[in-house]
Amino acid sequence: MDFIRYLDPTVQFMLFSAVKIVLVFAVAMTGVAYAVLVERKVSAWIQDRVGPNRAAPFFVHYLPVVGPFLTKLGIFQPMADGLKFILKEDFTPSYVRKIYFWIAPAISCVPALMTLAVIPFGSTLGNANNPMVIADLNVGILYTFGIVSLGVYGIVLAGYASNSKYPFLGGIRSSAQMISYEIAMGMSVVSVFLVVGDLNLSKVVAYQSGGIHEWLIFKQPLAFFIFLVSAFAETNRLPFDLPESETELVGGYHTEYSSMKFALFFLGEYAAMIGASAMMVTLFLGGWTPIWGGAPASSLLVGLSHIVWFLAKLGFFMVLFIWVRWMLPRFRYDQLMNLGWRRFIPLALVNIIITAGLIALTHK
Amino acid sequence: MRMLSDIPIAFLMIAAVTLVSAVCAMSLRNLVHCGLCLVLTFVGLAATYLHLSAEFVGFAQVLVYVGAVAILIVFTILLTRNAEVTLSPVSQSSLVGLGIAIAVCGSLVLPLVTSPSLRRLPAQSLAPDAQVQRIGEKLMAQYVIPLEALALVLTAAMIGAVVIAMRDDPERNDPSPSPQNQKDTGSVSNSPAGTALNSSSSTSSSQRP
Repeated sequence: MDFIRYLDPTVQFMLFSAVKIVLVFAVAMTGVAYAVLVERKVSAWIQDRVGPNRAAPFFVHYLPVVGPFLTKLGIFQPMADGLKFILKEDFTPSYVRKIYFWIAPAISCVPALMTLAVIPFGSTLGNANNPMVIADLNVGILYTFGIVSLGVYGIVLAGYASNSKYPFLGGIRSSAQMISYEIAMGMSVVSVFLVVGDLNLSKVVAYQSGGIHEWLIFKQPLAFFIFLVSAFAETNRLPFDLPESETELVGGYHTEYSSMKFALFFLGEYAAMIGASAMMVTLFLGGWTPIWGGAPASSLLVGLSHIVWFLAKLGFFMVLFIWVRWMLPRFRYDQLMNLGWRRFIPLALVNIIITAGLIALTHK
Repeated sequence: MRMLSDIPIAFLMIAAVTLVSAVCAMSLRNLVHCGLCLVLTFVGLAATYLHLSAEFVGFAQVLVYVGAVAILIVFTILLTRNAEVTLSPVSQSSLVGLGIAIAVCGSLVLPLVTSPSLRRLPAQSLAPDAQVQRIGEKLMAQYVIPLEALALVLTAAMIGAVVIAMRDDPERNDPSPSPQNQKDTGSVSNSPAGTALNSSSSTSSSQRP
């Protein structure tokens, strides 16, 4: 690996960035596939079922003990699922608006993946000039919110393009829901940045690097709570999955979709969950820092351990997302709007004023 | 005079997308297409800001205009179901339209060109230095009166929206005063502006079959 040092800095930067992009993308995609598996397993356990426990490639049977165990855990199920999606017939109904129908799944999937670009998923791998974040933007949080707000177009367009009742209702619902909760979400974060004093997500992590008592979840519990609930609404997860609510709208915005186009919506939802979890880890749970705190890594091993810490916290939120889905019933639409506009937004505003007041009092 | 080849190709591409989509947003007949073209125009503007390395303004543009304003426009078009109606233009004469366009454009450009702040600009670019904190300090100290004036205008617009929603609602609900509708009316009449969207959307979705 010595030749890297002799390249000029621009080429080095491009090379490192490309590697980081590929790695983050690969991890996110694998994460999506296995989040689906965890979803199915957790739901099965909560409902006292077994869940996926059969799918396995032929050679696994020859492995003693480990093979049957992995099969029972359903480790190979995501591969079978992916293959199934690719091989299914890609049916386009005759009455849809073709261009929008094709473009909507992509639009719903891409923003969810783009948010991961500014998340610091680790400190360094020994080289201080190469932080473990794809783009260390000065306005990282603004970027995330801007990109997340694009995701709603995918759902609205899918609803419009499908040209039938249920998808249309789902699209309309989701646009109102996501705009509402975006406001609550954005306002809850303002108080966090009042405390930190910077919009750069790496700085937010650096602020919390002193250990668990420095984490913003304890300094801004109200902001965390509003952000968490809004994240559920933004990702269209139960108890806020009104855009697709199977019992009333059949499948909502993706009713008319099949095969890989449906899979893209599916992928987008889980990628959005990963993105929201990564945001919460970064903003409130100290990002990649261990619970006892820590400075950016000076060696490869410590750097890797920081990435593991980040992934562990991420996993915690993913399981929380999944667990809540199988625990709570769906909200009614007016309850949803009531909660967003008349509870969370005033609460977030009060939180901002109190935080600003406290900072003004203690600053001098 | 600069040659066309001196201008960066990225800027030309962004400008082309922005202008073409702006023209489409005005001239297409289907309202949904117009709304979506407007989205593309906003994205093009954001890209221009980013290209000038004004990150804050660029992403604020995406957040506010693309993510909120434009989606509200699309939302409203879809809700009112006027999407399929082909509208005739307000004025048939293209000369009148051209005249109005030039007048509006001139009244916007004139203060910009004659503004004393243009002469104060230093020769080199300011952008990389434009930290969020500095923007905040400028807004809260030097430009606090324009900021407050803008806030006032927006509040007035919001109150206007509430007034329109309030006047509309009793008429709509009078013929069949079901408990659900009465509850919604109550929430509109004594709630902040934001709920206008909330209950109008919830009533309309509950009234749909």
